[in-house]
Amino acid sequence: MKGRRHLLERRKKLAGMWLAAPALLGTCLFFLLPFAICVRYSFTFGVGGAFFVGFRNYKDVFSSYAFQLAAANTLRFLAVGVTLNTALSFFTALLIKKGLAGSRLFRYILLLPLVLPIASVVMVVQVFFANAGILNHWLVSIGVPIAQWLEGPNAFYVLLGLYLWKSFGYSVVLLLSGLNVIPEEYYQTAAIEGAGSIQKLVSITLPMMVPHLFLTVVMGIVNAFKSYREAFLIGGKHPHDSIYMVQHFLNNNFENLNYQKLSVASIMLFLVLLVILCGLYIFQNRYREE
Amino acid sequence: MKKHYSNKQVIFSRKLAQGRAKPQFPQKTNYLPQVLAAAFFLLLGALVLLPAIYTLCNSFMSPSEIRQYYAAAISQDGEAASAFHLIPDTFSLEGYYMVFLRSTDYLMKFWYSLFLCIAISAGQIFVSVLGGFAFAKYPIPLKKGIFFLLMVLMMMPVQVTLVPNYIILDGLGLIDSWLALILPMTFLPFGTIFMAQVFQGIPDEILDAAKLDGAGTLQILFRVMAPIGKGGIISVFLLSFVDAWNMVEQPITFLRDILRYPLSVFLASVNQVNFELSFVCGVLAALPILLLFFFFHEELAQGIELSGVK
Repeated sequence: MKGRRHLLERRKKLAGMWLAAPALLGTCLFFLLPFAICVRYSFTFGVGGAFFVGFRNYKDVFSSYAFQLAAANTLRFLAVGVTLNTALSFFTALLIKKGLAGSRLFRYILLLPLVLPIASVVMVVQVFFANAGILNHWLVSIGVPIAQWLEGPNAFYVLLGLYLWKSFGYSVVLLLSGLNVIPEEYYQTAAIEGAGSIQKLVSITLPMMVPHLFLTVVMGIVNAFKSYREAFLIGGKHPHDSIYMVQHFLNNNFENLNYQKLSVASIMLFLVLLVILCGLYIFQNRYREE
Repeated sequence: MKKHYSNKQVIFSRKLAQGRAKPQFPQKTNYLPQVLAAAFFLLLGALVLLPAIYTLCNSFMSPSEIRQYYAAAISQDGEAASAFHLIPDTFSLEGYYMVFLRSTDYLMKFWYSLFLCIAISAGQIFVSVLGGFAFAKYPIPLKKGIFFLLMVLMMMPVQVTLVPNYIILDGLGLIDSWLALILPMTFLPFGTIFMAQVFQGIPDEILDAAKLDGAGTLQILFRVMAPIGKGGIISVFLLSFVDAWNMVEQPITFLRDILRYPLSVFLASVNQVNFELSFVCGVLAALPILLLFFFFHEELAQGIELSGVK
């Protein structure tokens, strides 16, 4: 009997491997193997990795102003953007949860920007935020001093707005699904025990929502990195310092054929994301145990 | 009808009888929060839709009207700023004529991009449904570790793997072919993770029941898992289609022949040359996506919801 179970277990394992094979092989070929190539590049110098140079490439990259700027901007964008996105969508999901008429339609409206191609709205962004654009036209008419939106430090906020516009809907729908599975009895019990609405939020809603918040943050990061396209459309290859991202750094080094610097930056990015995800996992597990 | 009291209600009434709880009276409904919330939704909805509506409305302006109104904003040197101009002065289809009939470039690129994106999304569905099923319901060695790694890879921006991918595609002899665009995007980890989340939400009991009835692995997948996870599958299709439709970096890197560039890259270059047609091009670019969204918006919302339920 035990041997039979063992056999079944093995057959199940084998079936799982077969099912996962396309995904795993593809990932190895197009994501892990490339990463291995990156690691090799990062420690060598010359065409095809002719000389081993240790950590010299790393030192070069860390001391370059462009990388420092790109890293700082990317971290700032991630921190501000993902936090805002999570907080705003959580608030909106709570509002929708209250069961407002037309909230189904509203969900679909919020999801639209996620799928709308950026090529469709780039012209609107141009026309609104250009120096002689609509926004400045409005500012003049109400007597507020105008600003440079796409070329000054404000470009950061325009980019932030575009990011929120795009990823907001996904987060709201995701968080709503979490709110909807919290049993109503929990709230009733808490109400009987005399809990206020803030207390209910902190001790019922938030803990129950931890897995969904986790996913929201992860998808928020994914979408934040996709904002590069908008940044590129706003500022081209060399935008204002405030939106010079890691991807600009990667792209520019790619064009200069400086694969060593590019590889170092890629690896640093990987490590940072690894740490962030580890932190999120630890946070999620700790909350779940409580 | 028999009236049913829940446990809590019974406890509450007991407490009430003992004088340990205050009686609750039906409160007067306060409409103010509802009205405020509705106003908030209306405002937010209008703001969210504005760019799309603006593009659509402006696409019906003649090129000369667009030049007249937006020259200041585009050329950056006008004294008077461009004003908000939603409704065309004269309704004109000239822009559409220029893009759809006057030249064949746009439509050729359009169909080419459509073919690319359908191939990518179909491949992504194949890979991610199988992979997601395996990760959700089968014991795989190092499963948690691999899943974690996939998640990190999913978060990485596309630029990271661009150069090494070039080396690999070059080794496979695929540079300058459409397979160079399709293959790497087919295996994006997003789909597998998304489907694994969706399938995890399906209870094991359903699977066991199907197994008892003698269904094989693939039968379970197609007859049980796929119908329940339909929303998830359609979401993966839609989201990977959008991702592929927007691709810019990959064609520029993997294709030497400019004529093979898909619509997304082509439009970016066109917009800079004749901005009069940008709004019409924007509508053209949104067309397949809007159609997909029109038919599948419910499945998309449902799929995202399924991916969150644990």
